[in-house]
Amino acid sequence: MNAEALHPSRQAGAQKSAYGAVLRHALLIGASIIMLYPLLWMLASSFKPDSLIFSDMSLIPPSLNPRNYIEGWNALEVSFSRFYWNSFVIAVLAVIGNVMSCSLAAYAFARLNFRGRKLFFALMMATLMLPYHVTLIPQYVLFLNIGWVDTFLPLVVPKFMAGDAFAIFLMVQFFRSLPRELDEAARIDGCGPWRIYWMIVLPLSKPVLATAAILTFLWTWNDFFGPLIYLNDISHYTVPLALRAFVDTTGLSAWGQLFAMSSLALAPIFLFFLFFQRLIINGIAMSGLKG
Amino acid sequence: MHGVQKIVKGPAANRFRNEDLPGYLFLAPWIAGFLLFTLGPTLASLYLSFTKFDLLSAPSFIGLDNYRFMFTSDQRFGNALRVTFIYLMFEVPLKLAFALAVAMMMDKGIRGGDVYRALFYIPSLLGGSVAIAVLWRQLFQGDGIINRALFALFGVQGPSWISNPETSIYTLVILAVWQFGSPMIIFLAGLRQISPELYEAASIDGASKSKQVWRITLPLLAPVIFFNIVLQVIEGFKAFTPAFIISGGTGGPVDSTLFYTLYLYQEAFAHFRMGYASALAWVLLVIIAVFTSISFFTSKYWVFYEDER
Repeated sequence: MNAEALHPSRQAGAQKSAYGAVLRHALLIGASIIMLYPLLWMLASSFKPDSLIFSDMSLIPPSLNPRNYIEGWNALEVSFSRFYWNSFVIAVLAVIGNVMSCSLAAYAFARLNFRGRKLFFALMMATLMLPYHVTLIPQYVLFLNIGWVDTFLPLVVPKFMAGDAFAIFLMVQFFRSLPRELDEAARIDGCGPWRIYWMIVLPLSKPVLATAAILTFLWTWNDFFGPLIYLNDISHYTVPLALRAFVDTTGLSAWGQLFAMSSLALAPIFLFFLFFQRLIINGIAMSGLKG
Repeated sequence: MHGVQKIVKGPAANRFRNEDLPGYLFLAPWIAGFLLFTLGPTLASLYLSFTKFDLLSAPSFIGLDNYRFMFTSDQRFGNALRVTFIYLMFEVPLKLAFALAVAMMMDKGIRGGDVYRALFYIPSLLGGSVAIAVLWRQLFQGDGIINRALFALFGVQGPSWISNPETSIYTLVILAVWQFGSPMIIFLAGLRQISPELYEAASIDGASKSKQVWRITLPLLAPVIFFNIVLQVIEGFKAFTPAFIISGGTGGPVDSTLFYTLYLYQEAFAHFRMGYASALAWVLLVIIAVFTSISFFTSKYWVFYEDER
């Protein structure tokens, strides 16, 4: 085939792919608008008076009146400051516990050679498949008997015991990718496993530790089932539980306030995503579990 | 020859150093947690599933009665299974179809791909939260925004989707499909693994775009598709929060959104039938195990691994 024969077809091809690109963008933009509309509408509605919410589909509120936020914040017998504090304390403790204990376990799986390692690893991976419902009732009975129900302990203490197989798996993958020569060099210099873990592996693994920390924070913040079962007194409620109580007590009469509190409940998640988008998406892409 | 190999294998040889003590020390939190919060409770719940137990008095052994009741006379159990399967049947294929279609549209380096990816992922990130379930309840109620839009666009008056037992489950399906972002990200990662030379070679040979999709993209993506299916089904079985919030904890109207997990929750924490709820949990475990093994067993007939990864 000579150059002249090639030329027109190539031009047609380029034109075709330009049309293709425009079409693809149009589809993708259309899809994003449809998907994000409900969220934006909720945010807009949180600034509207109740009378307007149902009649108005617009995404721009008439004014940025914070009334719904102020009234919603104190609508329950305990203020939302308390619920945010509770959610925050639980999430932060969960992050600390999970990252510490899971990185210890992951280091053992990735770097240490001990008897039964493969068996333990297989058991760990098997827990990924185990629905939490199977362990739910005996765990509840256990926590009830030691008087931990209606405290944060059942939501926090298990996190210090490396129960998150997903995080361990993520970390094992990462630790294995670090060059072993570093360990060997450190060993020759007289470092034991603890110092290798603490001074070499952990500092080099900041990306995966951050990913695990962020995902743990988000899941704990969003968790509804755990707090629903273990927290009874309203002063112990987390934000999701408080929202549910809001729905139950105001009935469905105060939509504006409800949307204001819902928007606030989503705000930390959204901010995390804005700042740590790459880490979150890479974490999901790496193994795709949960989320 | 032998010596050379030994030198080459130098660092690797150290892998056989005995590290039992540090190994178990590092693993101690995991081992304690596994025994205390996983293995122990799993065995305990198996035992409880053969008992009648209301938390107040000690569990009393009743043999297979829980299971017998479940499979012969418990209509809510059958209904919960049916609701969950209908949900899965619609939710998983639709969600994955959207995820795959959008991922393929974005695959070949579209401009602004990162922005689209982030926008599509936002619903997955927020979707399981109570706030979104609250929003959904408003969107699909009788005078909600969906019906407003239907009326404005087509002049039709929609029903109250939430309080109609015929349609309520589909509002939950839509909520799940709305969260197609996380499988999409996994698909994108999978698509990136496929080498562009294959497509170049195919177009030189004159293969059309659709033929390339069927002959290159889908076969090479099969392991990822398989992984996503297993994952979504397991996640789907565990769905709880949206149904709980939208139905006000009842699974209504007329049990039409009574997910399996919601039924289990009600039995355990509303009626305090802990023995029966344990039996429900074990049946769920068996269903998930059966499903996963079927997928793994059949996967060898349709999943093609390019190489061992």
